Parts: sequence; C-alpha cells; structure tokens
Amino acid sequence: MTPAIELVDVRKSFGPTQIIRGVSLAIEAGTRQAVIGPNGAGKSTLFNLITGKYPVSTGHIRLKGESITGRRPYEINRRGLSRSFQVTNIFPWLSVFENVRCSLLWSMGYRYSFWHRVDNAADVRERAEVVLEQLNLTARRHVPAGMLSYAEQRALEIGITIAGGADVILLDEPTSGMSRSETEQVVQLIREVTAGKTLLMVEHDMSVVFDLADRIAVLVYGEVIAHDTPERIRASAAVQEAYLGVPQGAA
Amino acid sequence: MSTPARATAPALAVPALARARWRRYAAWLAAVLVVAVLPHVVTAPAAVPVMNQMGIAIVFALSYNMLLGQGGMLSFGHAVYLGLGGFIAAHALNLAARDVLYLPVPLLPLVGGLGGLFFGALFGSFSTRRAGTVFAMISLGVGELMAASSLILNAFFGGEEGITANRTKAPLLLGLEFTTDRQVYYLIAFWALATAALMYGFSRTPAGRMANAVRDNPERAEFVGYSAQRVRFVSFCASGFFAGIAGGLFAINYEILTAENMGLTASGAVLLMTYIGGIGYFMGPIIGAVVFTFLQSMLSDYTGMWLLYLGILFLATVLYVPAGLAGLLMMHAPAWRAGRFRRLLGPYALTALFGLVAAVGVIGLLEMVHFMAAASAARSTKRLFWMTVHVRTLWPWLAFAALLVAGAAGARRAAPAAAAAFNEASRPAGLP
Repeated sequence: MTPAIELVDVRKSFGPTQIIRGVSLAIEAGTRQAVIGPNGAGKSTLFNLITGKYPVSTGHIRLKGESITGRRPYEINRRGLSRSFQVTNIFPWLSVFENVRCSLLWSMGYRYSFWHRVDNAADVRERAEVVLEQLNLTARRHVPAGMLSYAEQRALEIGITIAGGADVILLDEPTSGMSRSETEQVVQLIREVTAGKTLLMVEHDMSVVFDLADRIAVLVYGEVIAHDTPERIRASAAVQEAYLGVPQGAA
Repeated sequence: MSTPARATAPALAVPALARARWRRYAAWLAAVLVVAVLPHVVTAPAAVPVMNQMGIAIVFALSYNMLLGQGGMLSFGHAVYLGLGGFIAAHALNLAARDVLYLPVPLLPLVGGLGGLFFGALFGSFSTRRAGTVFAMISLGVGELMAASSLILNAFFGGEEGITANRTKAPLLLGLEFTTDRQVYYLIAFWALATAALMYGFSRTPAGRMANAVRDNPERAEFVGYSAQRVRFVSFCASGFFAGIAGGLFAINYEILTAENMGLTASGAVLLMTYIGGIGYFMGPIIGAVVFTFLQSMLSDYTGMWLLYLGILFLATVLYVPAGLAGLLMMHAPAWRAGRFRRLLGPYALTALFGLVAAVGVIGLLEMVHFMAAASAARSTKRLFWMTVHVRTLWPWLAFAALLVAGAAGARRAAPAAAAAFNEASRPAGLP
C-alpha cells in the first residue's frame, strides 16, 4: 500500500547548519504516528518541510504517492494534507464561525469566487456547524477568535486544520501549555476528528504520545534513530540513551 | 482601542437570517430615497457640486478600503487607478463626441472602470506578492512611475493642461442630458449606489471573506488551500475597477483630468478620508468621504490653513479613535440597544462644550500665527469667528491662550464622567 507520507533522504540546511540530516520515513495511510525527540532535534523543521513552508535542500517528499517536493503550502493542502501550528495560528479578527468557514471554502470548491454569496452557501454553513459542534465552540461562534481563551484557541486551531476534510493531518504540539484536564479533552478531540485518517504529530507529552500513536519516530539531531511501535520504542536502549540522556546499562 | 468589529455576522438561524436580509434591503432602500431627495432638500448654491464631489469620493474611498480595511494592504498610490480610469474615460468621451464610437455618458464610468481594472491587474500582478511594507513601497513606486510618465506621454496625459472633454457632445441614451450639475448628480448617485452595493456584495463572497482571512493571517490562509497572493490580487483588481469607475465619474463631472488627479496628494487624501471614517466598517469610508469632502470644501472658503486642520483631524483619529468615526458610532450601539443612550447626552455635551472652547483657542492662535506670517505688514486686524481682532496687540493672544487652557482643563475634568457614563450605559442588560 502506498504510504500517506514518504520522505526519501530529506536534508535541510540553514546556511552552513544542517538541521535535517537525511531523513527517510514512510507513514502508512490510516495510522496515527508521532515524532518525538529532544529540543532542537528538528521536529518542527521536518513538519515545515513536509507542508511546504520551507523548501528541502535535497531529497524527495511524496504525499499519497505523488511528489510534493518544492510545492507551495496551498498546493500541498489542496492535495489533502493539513496541519496545525505549535504557536496558535488562527484568524484573530474573524469570528470563530468565520474562522471555520474560511478553512472550508477551498475544499468545498468555492475557490476565488466573487459571484457566490457565502451566506447563501448552505453546504458550507452546515459543515461549519458540524465542526463547531465537534470543537464544543458553538456557543462562542460570534466571538472574535483572538478573544478566545488559550485552550479554546488551541481547539479552534485543530478545527481549522481538520475542517476541510484533509485525510492527512499534521499536528504540531497540540497539547502544549495545557492543563491535565484540557489535555485529556484535546486528546479525545484528536481521536474523534482523525478517525480513519492519517495523523502525524509532534508532541512532548509522552503520555499523550503513547496513548495515541500506533508508531513513533524518534528524531535526534536531524536523524531518525528509531521508528517503531510504542512498546519497542519504550524498550529501546538506543532511544533511552539518545532521548533521555541515560547511558546504556545505567538504568 | 481594539474594537473587534471586523468580525462579521456569522450564519444565523434561518428566520433571523431572513430578518437580517430584510433589514439590509430596507437600509439600501432608505439610502436610495435619501440620495434621491437630497438635492431638493439641500438648496445652498454650492451644495450640488459639493455633493457630486462627495459621491465620487465615496466610490473612491470604498474602493480604497477593499485594500486597506478588507485586505490589509496599505496603498500610497491608489489615485493612480482613479487617474488612469479617468484619463481613459476622458479620451473615450472625446472619441464619442467626434462620433468615432457610440458611447453615451451614463456608460462612461464603465469604461473608466475597465481601464482601472486593466491597470489594477497589470500593477497588481507584482505588487500583491507581499503585504505590509513591501506592498506600501511598491504602491509608492508605481505612483511615482505614473507621475513621471505623465510628463513624458503628452498625447495621453495632455502635459500640464491635462485632458479636457465635453460631456454635452456625447450621444444621448434614452434622451438623458447632462448639462446641469443636478443631472450629473443623479448620474453620480446612481453609480455610487450601484458600486457601493457591488462592493458590499464582494465582501460577502468567498474572495471577499478570504481577503479578510489573508489580512489577518496570510500564512494560515495558505495552509487552508488559498494562495495569499492570488487572494490579494483578486481584491486589488476589483479595487482598481471601482477606483476606475470613480475616475470615469470624475471625468464626467469636471470634464478635465490632469496628472495631479493621480498624484501623491490625491492618494494621500483617500487614505485620510478612509481612515477618518473607519477602515473596520463598510460604512466607514462613506462617512469619511462625506466628512472629508465637506470640511475640504467648507474650510477652504474660510481659511488658507484648511489642510492643517484636516491633518490635525487625521492625527487625532489615529491617536484617539483608531476605529474612525464609524467605530465611534458603533461603540455606542450597545448603549443604544439598551435604551440608555439619553443618559450619555449630558456628560457628553459638557465635555464637548469644553472641547469646543479649547478648539476656539487653538484655532484663534493658529489663525493669528498664519496672519502674522502671511498678511502684509500694513494690515493689523483680522475677522476671527464673530469679531474683529487686532492681531498685533497682546490681548487677543492672551485671550485665545486662556480659552485653550481653560477648555483643555475643563475637558480633562469632564472626560472621566463621560467615560464612566459610557461604561455604565454600555454594560450588558441584566448585569447589576
């Protein structure tokens, strides 16, 4: 089966500094996977390469078998890949409803139309209602998104990411800065909205990672040192040493 | 003050949606009625020419706000599209007068619009790649480019004299003649209403909604499938089209276009009026265009320093009311809905009275400074407000300075009460 995302010897340098040093990785379609690794390992950079925010220096990236190397973010999004951001990235002046609606328009075929009235587009409205309901933000629909609480903004961030119906979802630290109970809610939300889809997430909270992920890739200094099931990752001595800084045999 | 009023009405339940739609139709109908009777109600001699100027300014400012308010693009060269549309319309009018092409006057603004659209597409193709400073710099560059071209391409821009035209020589459509200002008024009114409705409609389309989204966060827009550049480009073309229509109306109304009409001053004026009116509201540029044009035409009759006063008004808006006059009005909507607006009148009137006293002081001082600098040494008196002032004596200076100090001090003391009354009146109903 064609992997949802496939990276072939991807490298990325900023000036003389190589951040991603030859990553090859295949994410099977329909699985939930996580990328973990110490700070500065290049996790966010990897996301930015896959989603077209930065061009790769060398190597190839394929989405569902098609090359997306060198494509612009909106072109990649149109092929069914959507992402969230580590730092909340919403439309702050638009209402919550408008945020969701704007993230639906392209995927529902409205393109750059200046002859449709959005208020008459019942299909968009209905879909937006469903998403708002999933996010538990129906009551907050009129509020400008910039005025939501932090946890609500993080939920909206996920909502914008999944609204368009992309089947490959990348979430960059969806639970960062959240309390225990908020984290549990977000994990539940992620589980719901990514059912049947491919999920790749960067996450620092190991309980979330081991709870959600079918497979885990460990990124250290721009290289994938392991890519396996949670049980084997937990047991791997190499991961213990590289990621947790515990020498082999000491623990 | 960050009034989050750019947020637009989300989808409502269907009956509420229908009610909102009827209310909108009613508002447009009211606008049509007001515009229709206005020249019969306001009968001051210069009223109709000023209202014609306002109508053109409204179209121009609304088109400008498609960039600034809706799309987050700060342009310093928007008059280029009014000017080019206007020149093209003036040439078309001359061709029509010579029977080279059949083009009645009522359709001429469309020619201007197509001209604006063409140049909007041309210059927009590269200037919309980035928003922010880069966009602003390019708009300035394009403005300078056109200013330089106007001196070189004499056949098109007519050099210093500009291009003149005669609207009475064009063929008639349905027997409509445009010999008087009032006839032109109704033509401008028709186009102003039609283009305002279209521009409002544009803001409610996917392209218009995404213009807001790209203004807020271009990166996010790209990750939901939209090219930020293409979204800006579509807005830019539409904006150029409507600015060109304003240019066509300009050509009909004044029957002359010069390079000045597309210069930096004209571009600055549309920025000022749009901002004063309020860039966050559809009504903002309309209010700004009316107020700005009114002040411009009235003040210039009374004082040689009218530009200074407009500049002060702009500064005051930027510093104290960044949401503009429309924002100031909308701020009071909660108090109005709660039926508490009358409680504001007293504290507001008191503050305004002191403010007025301070303004009299400032204006008196400024006018006397202007007199000292500009008038010949032989003259020593000047009409100011309701009296004759002996400027070359000490007393009027002291008197106006005293008014300024007293007014400012009084306003300072009265303002907290007004603010408290505002907060009290604006609190949501049901709260203690």
